[in-house]
Amino acid sequence: MNPPRRTFLQLTARVGALAAAWSAGLLASGWARAATWNKAGFESKTLADVMKSLGATGAPESKEIAITAPDIAENGAVVPIAVTSRLANTQQISIVAEKNPFPLAATFDLAGGGEGYVSARIKMGQTSDVWAVVKADGKYYVAKKEVKITVGGCG
Amino acid sequence: MAEPMKIRATLQGDVADVRILMMHPMETGQRKDAKGEIVPLHFIQSVVVMHNGKTVLDTQWSQAVARNPFLGLRIKGAKAGDKISVTWTDNKGDKRTDETTVAPAP
Repeated sequence: MNPPRRTFLQLTARVGALAAAWSAGLLASGWARAATWNKAGFESKTLADVMKSLGATGAPESKEIAITAPDIAENGAVVPIAVTSRLANTQQISIVAEKNPFPLAATFDLAGGGEGYVSARIKMGQTSDVWAVVKADGKYYVAKKEVKITVGGCG
Repeated sequence: MAEPMKIRATLQGDVADVRILMMHPMETGQRKDAKGEIVPLHFIQSVVVMHNGKTVLDTQWSQAVARNPFLGLRIKGAKAGDKISVTWTDNKGDKRTDETTVAPAP
């Protein structure tokens, strides 16, 4: 084997490894940036667009996700919603009120140590399904629950 | 400057049950004031919860979160005396950080 060719091969291999590491780094920083405000998602006006912005289009329903919310909320300005996910390695939970002017209400990124549980209070304009979109182990799952609103809370 | 948050963290086994109440108007940008003028959007966009300096929850919120927002979460592997710090940032760049320690189980 001639030495120059060998050096060349080694070099290419190294450059290749470097490039791989670099793009992995880029991907990682892309992930970090995902934690900044999801403008597209929060400005989406339909459930389908929200799902698209989250990358959760066509996600299957899961019985491992429980939404705790009142069946009838008298005051749409304060609707307590709690989401419990028993899916292993739950990374993210989003709460979506389907018929709100802007359906995506909140996204929670759970880092290590967090349990698959969040609760918050949201505003709802009218009776609608509330969706929980859960990302676990890199995959998305959804669950929904209807909440009836007596007096809307978006005006 | 915004009013302080109320944070309560109580230990239940090895899980800390954290409840946070923030004081914020959370204006939707759709409501009109007495003069019929639209009240501009003003809401908390992000809340970060740290446990002993490590981020455990990073949230993004929209204006659909209710006024004076409540946030509840559970942190695994917590011990009494652990430090919980919460920071929120709103869409006008206003920020507030408050801290508490995990209280032992009652």
